Amino acid sequence: MKQLLAFIRKEFYHVFRDRRTLLILFGMPIVQILLFGFALSSEVKNIGIAVLDNARDVQSEQIISKIRSSSYFQVKTPALNYKDIGERFKRGEIKCAILFPVNFGSDLYKTGGAQIQVIADASDPNTATTVTNYLNSIVNNYQQELNPNATPSYRIIPEMRQLYNEEQNGSLNFIPGVIALVFMIVSTALTSVAVVREKELGTMEILLVSPFKPIMVLIAKAVPYLVLSVIDFIVILLLSVFLLNVEIRGSLILIFAESILFIVTCLSLGLMISNITASQQTAMMISMMGMMLPTILLTGFMFPLENMPKVFQWVSYIIPSKYYYAIMKGVMLKGLGFGYVWKETLVLAGMSSGLLLIALRNFKIRLQ
Amino acid sequence: MENKAITCKDLTKRFGDFKAVDGISFDVEPGEIFGFLGANGAGKTTAMRILCGLSYPTSGQATVAGFDVYRQQEKIKKNIGYMSQKFSLYDNLTVWENIRFYGGVYGVSRPEIKKRSNELIATLGLEKEAGKLVGGLPLGWKQKLAFSVAIFHRPKIVFLDEPTGGVDPVTRRQFWDMIYEAAASGITVFVTTHYMDEAEYCNRISVMVDGRVEALDTPANLKNRYHANTMDDVFYQLARGAKRKSD
Repeated sequence: MKQLLAFIRKEFYHVFRDRRTLLILFGMPIVQILLFGFALSSEVKNIGIAVLDNARDVQSEQIISKIRSSSYFQVKTPALNYKDIGERFKRGEIKCAILFPVNFGSDLYKTGGAQIQVIADASDPNTATTVTNYLNSIVNNYQQELNPNATPSYRIIPEMRQLYNEEQNGSLNFIPGVIALVFMIVSTALTSVAVVREKELGTMEILLVSPFKPIMVLIAKAVPYLVLSVIDFIVILLLSVFLLNVEIRGSLILIFAESILFIVTCLSLGLMISNITASQQTAMMISMMGMMLPTILLTGFMFPLENMPKVFQWVSYIIPSKYYYAIMKGVMLKGLGFGYVWKETLVLAGMSSGLLLIALRNFKIRLQ
Repeated sequence: MENKAITCKDLTKRFGDFKAVDGISFDVEPGEIFGFLGANGAGKTTAMRILCGLSYPTSGQATVAGFDVYRQQEKIKKNIGYMSQKFSLYDNLTVWENIRFYGGVYGVSRPEIKKRSNELIATLGLEKEAGKLVGGLPLGWKQKLAFSVAIFHRPKIVFLDEPTGGVDPVTRRQFWDMIYEAAASGITVFVTTHYMDEAEYCNRISVMVDGRVEALDTPANLKNRYHANTMDDVFYQLARGAKRKSD
C-alpha cells in the first residue's frame, strides 16, 4: 500500500510538471464547454433575407415588418429584380428571399387568394427547411390577424410542448457529449500515453524488475487520471449550471456513480491501448482516431443515430460512450432514476470489466 | 548452493525452434564482480531477464540469491537491484523525488529513506542539485545516481546492463570505483558491457557465443589461454566463431 502511494505521488508530479498535460487536462474541457455553449449553436438565427416587393401595398408592408421584427431574420437591402436575388444567393449574402407579386394586396381582397414566392438556399438543407418553416408561420400568423372572426366549423389546434427543455436551451443536449469526450481524452488518451512513456524511457524495465506487482503498476497509473477526470467532471458540471443555466434534474449521486463507471471504462481502454503500442505517438493516434472520432460521430450527440445507415447503427452498439451519453441524457436532463438506465449501466459495466481483463492479461503476457 | 549468489545449470530458453540461451551453466560467488560478455544477439539479455525474474526458462535450473527462478520470482525481485543501458531515472522528478520513489517502490521505510538518501547525496556531492530536476544533470552524474538508486535498497545482487554506454572515460573510471565499493560492501555485481577495458576490471568474466558460455575465467587466465595481450583479442577470437548474425 505504501509502495502504491509512493507511485501515485510520482504520477501526480509527472502531471503537474508537464505544461502540455495540464493544458489538455484543464484548458480543453473549459474551451469545449464554451465553444459548444456559445459558438456552435444548431439554432438558426439572423438569416439574411432579401425582399422583392413588387406590390408596395399595405399588406406586403405589414408582412415585411413582421419579418423584420423577428430575431430569426436579418432583412437586407430590398432586391431590385429577380436577377439581383440570384446574384446575392450566389455571393452567399442571403439564405432566402421573399417575393410579392404586383397585385398582392388587391388579389388578396378581390379573389380571396394571393400568392407569394419564397426561395431558400437549400445547399444547407436543414437551414432551408427551418427558414421556410419560419416564414410559413409568419405568413399564417398574419393571415389569422386578417380574419379574427373567422371560425371554421372544424378546427384542430395542436398544443405543442417541448418536454425536458421547454426553454429550448440548445446547451442541454451536448453537455453529456462533451463530458464523454473529455473522459475519452483524459482517461483514455492521457493514461495510455503515460504508460507508454515509461516504456519509451526504459523506466518500465526498472519497475518490472522491482518487487512492485505489474497489476499495481497499472493501478498506480490509472488512479491519478481517475481523480483528474472526476475533477474535470466537476468543473464541467459547475460551468454548465452557472454559465449555461443548465438545470440538473436527476440525482447527483447517480450522475457521479455512472460517470465513475464510464471513467473506469475509458481507463481500461487506455491501459489496453498502452499494452499494444510501443510509442507515445501511436498511443495518441489510436486513442484520438480510434476512440474520439467514433465518440463524436456515433454517440448521437452531434448527429442523430436514427438517420444513419443500419451499418453505422450496428457499429454504434460497441461504442461505450453511446451508452454513457444515453444514461446522462436520461438522468441529468430528464431526471430519470436508475430504473430507467439499468440496461445501459449493465452494458457499460460489462464493457469495463471485459476491457480491464484484457488489459491486465496482456500486461502479464508481455512480461514472459 | 546456498552460499552462491547465482547458480545456473543447463539453463535454456527456447523461442520456437530458436535457442536464445542454450544450456548455460555457471556460478557467481557473493561479493564477486562478474562480467557477462557477448556480442549482440548472443543471448546475454535473455539470460539476464531470466535471472532478474522477468521471464521463465524453458529448461534447466537457476537460483538467484538462493531463490529459484521458476517459483520464487517475487523473492528474487526483492533481493536484486537493476540498472539498464537506457537511462532509468525520471527526468521531470528531482534527485530527491527519484530516490524517494525507488526507495518507496522497494518498500524501504520512510525514516530509512531519509537517512540513506542524505548519505547518498553527500557521497555523490549532489547537495546543491538534490532539489533540481534530474533532466538538467550531466549524463555522467545521472548514471552514477542511477547506480546509487539501484543499490539503494541494499540488494544482495545488482544487475548492470551496459551501465556505462555513452559515458566519457573519466566518468566511467569513477563509475567503476563505485562498483568496487559496492562489491567491497558485499553486493554481488553482475555486469554486461561492450567495453573490453571494463572487462578487465571484473573478477571473472564469461563470454557468450550463440547462446552458449564459451569461456569463463579471470581476465588474466583468459588472456593466457588465448595467447592474447588484451581482452579485446580474447573476445575477438571467441566471437569470430559465431554463426548467428548480431540482431
